[in-house]
Amino acid sequence: MKNKITHYCNIKNGKISLNGKLVFENQDEPTFLKFIKSAYKTLKIDYPKFYKMDPLCKLSLVASTILLDSMESIDSEMALLLCNRSSCIDIDKEHQSSISYENGGYASPATFVYTLPNIALGEISIKYKLKSENSFFIFENFNPKFMIDYSESLINLGKSKSVLCGWLEVNQDEYNAFVFIVEPKEGEELSVEKLNKLL
Amino acid sequence: MEELKKELKEKIIDALNLDDMSIGDIKDSDFLFGDGLGLDSIDALELIVILDKDYGIKLTDPKEGKKIFESIETMAQYISEHRTK
Amino acid sequence: MIQDKNNISVFATTGNCVTPLGFNIQENIKMVLQGKSGIKNFSDEYLHNEPFVGGIIDKEKLNNAFQTLNLKGEFTDLEQMMLLSVKSIQPLYDAILDDKCGLIISSTKGNITSLEKGNIEQYYLSNLADKVAKVIGVKSTPIVLSNACVSGIMAVSVAKSLIQSNVYNHLIIIGADLFSRFVFTGFQSFQAVSPNPCKPYDKNRDGITLGEAAASILVTKNKAVIQGEVYYEILGDSNINDANHISGPSRTGEGLFQSIQKSIAEAQISANQIDCISAHGTATAYNDEMEAQAFNRLGLENTPVYSLKGYFGHTLGASGLLDTVIALKSGSKNLIPQSLGYSEHGVTLPLNVTTENIFTECNIILKTASGFGGTNTAVIFKRHINNEK
Repeated sequence: MKNKITHYCNIKNGKISLNGKLVFENQDEPTFLKFIKSAYKTLKIDYPKFYKMDPLCKLSLVASTILLDSMESIDSEMALLLCNRSSCIDIDKEHQSSISYENGGYASPATFVYTLPNIALGEISIKYKLKSENSFFIFENFNPKFMIDYSESLINLGKSKSVLCGWLEVNQDEYNAFVFIVEPKEGEELSVEKLNKLL
Repeated sequence: MEELKKELKEKIIDALNLDDMSIGDIKDSDFLFGDGLGLDSIDALELIVILDKDYGIKLTDPKEGKKIFESIETMAQYISEHRTK
Repeated sequence: MIQDKNNISVFATTGNCVTPLGFNIQENIKMVLQGKSGIKNFSDEYLHNEPFVGGIIDKEKLNNAFQTLNLKGEFTDLEQMMLLSVKSIQPLYDAILDDKCGLIISSTKGNITSLEKGNIEQYYLSNLADKVAKVIGVKSTPIVLSNACVSGIMAVSVAKSLIQSNVYNHLIIIGADLFSRFVFTGFQSFQAVSPNPCKPYDKNRDGITLGEAAASILVTKNKAVIQGEVYYEILGDSNINDANHISGPSRTGEGLFQSIQKSIAEAQISANQIDCISAHGTATAYNDEMEAQAFNRLGLENTPVYSLKGYFGHTLGASGLLDTVIALKSGSKNLIPQSLGYSEHGVTLPLNVTTENIFTECNIILKTASGFGGTNTAVIFKRHINNEK
């Protein structure tokens, strides 16, 4: 059976939608951190670790929770394929600031631990107990062709039965999350055109 | 000592991102790790940095940390005895 | 759960590396054979307020060597390391650049000193990749893999999957990371840095030594691209997350265990056919113990195993690939290197850690790595003799 996009979630411009339907909106919060916190609380995500996370992990946790909780069942071998442009730039800047001479040069372990973009994969894996293939890629722009190519190769080579793909970009108060499931089941066409449309 | 305990609670909430907590939520004798506040190994390292940065105490043996960081009470006690800042 | 076994075989060419021990693979192997370490004592207030040890490349030597490439424009130290390392495999890829050839860059932090300099454009890993791709002549969008300390070897796994799926015919891989204040201060705050050169698997190990390096390799489906008498095929690969903790490895080594198990299954071999293991061995209490757990669970406790961190320090995004190019070059010379820094067994389960260079056939090599975020990678390589040359 051909691989399709079976579920997807978008977070941008103060809105969160699941499979194209609006599930949360808040245009009153000017900063990303306040917006994502309001989404976390309103959608009752209830995962206290959230508060410790850096902006990238917060965005990816909310997006993947909405997506995964909407599925009937989650395959524990579901692969994770996340991408963005800015890596974990916000927390990197915070760490850089904390080690500056003006601040006395003290690094914070709670900050440093998040200075790798693949920690976002780790947080999802831990929450949903996904012992699976996982990788974080960086591209200048959303790269649907790569995501299709690599997710399909994981499925066709038998390394996983489904893949959670995501473009998770957050840089100060600009954010755009688009996460989707690729699997050989009924769904939207898995194509570059379709993915660009759904972004 | 009361001022120090209040200060510690504020620092812990801030440094460990305990966003949904306020000073009133933390009792002096609550266990910080395990069943109390549920802090983890990264938090323990963070507390060691606070000890150094804010109170001038360098913990040479991180295992000492277990006893010192048991509660706000034990932390405040240790800091008041050893602080150099 | 391999469905239809793909018929496309994927091979790795001889790679190259730029490290404190030298700027090409030959120099590095020579030094490793002699048991020489690239880890030295340093005193640099900018990097740390006390004297420290590290695997740091002499930047003056680097800049001089880079001049010989005659490239116009400004290049950062990291870019110089990367381009210098890939230069020696240029004869291999020049001929196939137009034949569905891609580029993968593995790096955890890239040009991280850019943050301090306030040069934000330089921060973006995609900009780094584009710049390098342009110099090399790769036309397709470069792929950047930023997956903690497994990036270097995970890139080999990604390359194999993309080639077996006909997305590419060849992929150039360059792994690189710097010894930076950014990273060093972070690891210090974890109390994870040893004041002395690291001692993987040793009883007295007390933390990592940080290093920097660049390594490169060409992965291809076309045997005709391969030069040299001996080459390695990539037989199996897997990258399984522990799903346990973001900075500490699983106590049972679950993710690493499953990664190795799956790659063995894909390679259609048994564990006892593995001739040697080039492991991660960072010399932290937890990492080395976790590896011992995983290896024992698979019956690999008697297989010669070594870590190269005693020669180079932990080179982060470069390490998996650096280890691989050294392992494959050594393997082609029937050599299993000594695991430098190890003298007294220090993990709770048995391991056959090499205490000297061993000269023996290395037909099947297992490369493993683990990293922050619970990530693990295992890749199996099989040796071939080049009959066509």
